Amino acid sequence: MDEVTAAEVTIALPKAAGRWRARPRVKEMALALVLLGPSIALFSTFAFYPLVKTFYLGFFRSDPFGLSSNYVGLDQYIDVLRSNGFHRSLLTTGLFALFTVPTGLVLGLGLALLAHQKLRGIVVYRTIFSSTVATSVAVASVMWLTLLNPSIGIINYGLKESGFEAVNWLGDPDWALPAVSLTTVWLNLGFTFIVILAGLQTIPEELHESAKIDGAGAVSRLFNVTLPMLSPTLLFAVVVLTINAFQSFGQIDILTQGGPLDRTNVLVYSIYTEGFRNFNEGVAAAQGVALFLIVLVLTLIQFRFLERRVFYGN
Amino acid sequence: MATSARPARKRPIRIGRLLGEAAQYAALTIAAAIILTPIYITVVYSLQPVEEIFSYPPNLLVTDPQWDTYKRAFETGSLGRYLVNSFIVATAITAGQVITSVLAAYAFAFLRFPFRNLLFVAFLASLMVPWEVTIIPNYQTISTFGWLDSYQGLIVPFLATAFGTFLLRQAFLTVPRDLRDAAAMDGYGHIGFMLQVVVPLSRAAVGALAVFSFLLAWNQYLWPLLITNDDDYRTVQIGLKALVSSNIDEFNLVMAGTVIAAAPILALLILFQKQLIRGLTSGAIKG
Repeated sequence: MDEVTAAEVTIALPKAAGRWRARPRVKEMALALVLLGPSIALFSTFAFYPLVKTFYLGFFRSDPFGLSSNYVGLDQYIDVLRSNGFHRSLLTTGLFALFTVPTGLVLGLGLALLAHQKLRGIVVYRTIFSSTVATSVAVASVMWLTLLNPSIGIINYGLKESGFEAVNWLGDPDWALPAVSLTTVWLNLGFTFIVILAGLQTIPEELHESAKIDGAGAVSRLFNVTLPMLSPTLLFAVVVLTINAFQSFGQIDILTQGGPLDRTNVLVYSIYTEGFRNFNEGVAAAQGVALFLIVLVLTLIQFRFLERRVFYGN
Repeated sequence: MATSARPARKRPIRIGRLLGEAAQYAALTIAAAIILTPIYITVVYSLQPVEEIFSYPPNLLVTDPQWDTYKRAFETGSLGRYLVNSFIVATAITAGQVITSVLAAYAFAFLRFPFRNLLFVAFLASLMVPWEVTIIPNYQTISTFGWLDSYQGLIVPFLATAFGTFLLRQAFLTVPRDLRDAAAMDGYGHIGFMLQVVVPLSRAAVGALAVFSFLLAWNQYLWPLLITNDDDYRTVQIGLKALVSSNIDEFNLVMAGTVIAAAPILALLILFQKQLIRGLTSGAIKG
């Protein structure tokens, strides 16, 4: 199907180009319409229309069997905002971000500093450090499902050998979210490493040289030269990791299905179960609107850094 | 005096540097080992017999590789079919995204038309709509089209990308204006100029977009989970989940499936690392 669409576009274009010189203004406008048409049509159908529809669906309450729905105005939004389930889901998502973002950032920064050296064979290390960027959420989750397994998992083996109690990582309500977070930190490490290393590489060498001449030691140079120069990159990474945390779904679906006792029921997982398991479309839509508003704020912050990178970056 | 003092002063520095380098290599190697542990254990378990995986203490070496497990993963888990589906879907999405982004980016970079800035902002705004927010109406749309359990349903919603358009527009803007005039004098229209001058000059950015699009498409999880129930259209990510659910105690089989699902994209990373890094560092969101 899509190949047909693509072919139509490329066939349709030369005609417009051939007549381009006759009346530049009108032809240029027509050409712009043809070039932008496919993207505009796709964004309208699969981003803007469904966004409006999500707001709209939030006004309708489904009956318990998902067979019909009635207009209830803002009632459902208010109910969702007041419900314990939604509060807990929001809290879980926030905790998940708190567990994954700072840890991921510190580890990514550490790896990037380690790999930002002129050493033989450093390329091999950089490839290894980047490797989890290519790992899908499903692959990473299944790997960690095995590592975290109470009977065969290597993590419990390590704990027992070091004299600690074994932990039922995914079955214990207190440990499930940390376990899912551990998987997520590993999964995101490649991305964080790549972004921070790229940031490090844009810091001019002369700054370090002159700081050295001024007698600054390695630690002082890290805090007074590297980190301030790196701050836009670090903020960018924080925002992207936070947005990722709020959109996480796959690791929850494979590792815990939101359990035990809803302790890993993050916002997107809750939207999924309400919308596709409980057939509460309206509730799922209202939660979707909440997710949209949260990500919107985070994205607006991100655009400010994106803009800076585009205009002043390398 | 001066000449004999020099080597004496230099030697400790050299030893210090060597020690420093050794410490750096040690730290790098330990970090690499920790990061690779999950992958290593996955490969080891995929080659061990199940009884050995359950033995205590665990054996972390492969003494007698069971290649047969991989054959079984392909057969009982229909992973071959899932891999083909993933290739079809990821390739089509990549091709589609590159085409729509080249066209749109060219319009934004080289054409004058009304509402250009407004449209550009609209493209930006599409980035603010997370896919997870719109799954319910999008599911309804795909269902109305009759595209549940189909390649179209997996591919068409992702054929355009605002991120790709921005990435390419940035690259296209660096193409010198003079080239446009020269090409016009040589009788090139916009399409000729785009395909024969702009795209070849921006091939690094186009390559970055292609690798990045393929990676995201290959790794998709939520959408394929929602719209495919049929083995004929499941992607490898969803197939892996199905393999885990139905063979939870056969860790060797599950691990072999994991290696099969991960291998193509890890190969892609090693082959196209430079393009991927460029894509990621241009302000992309993984997920």
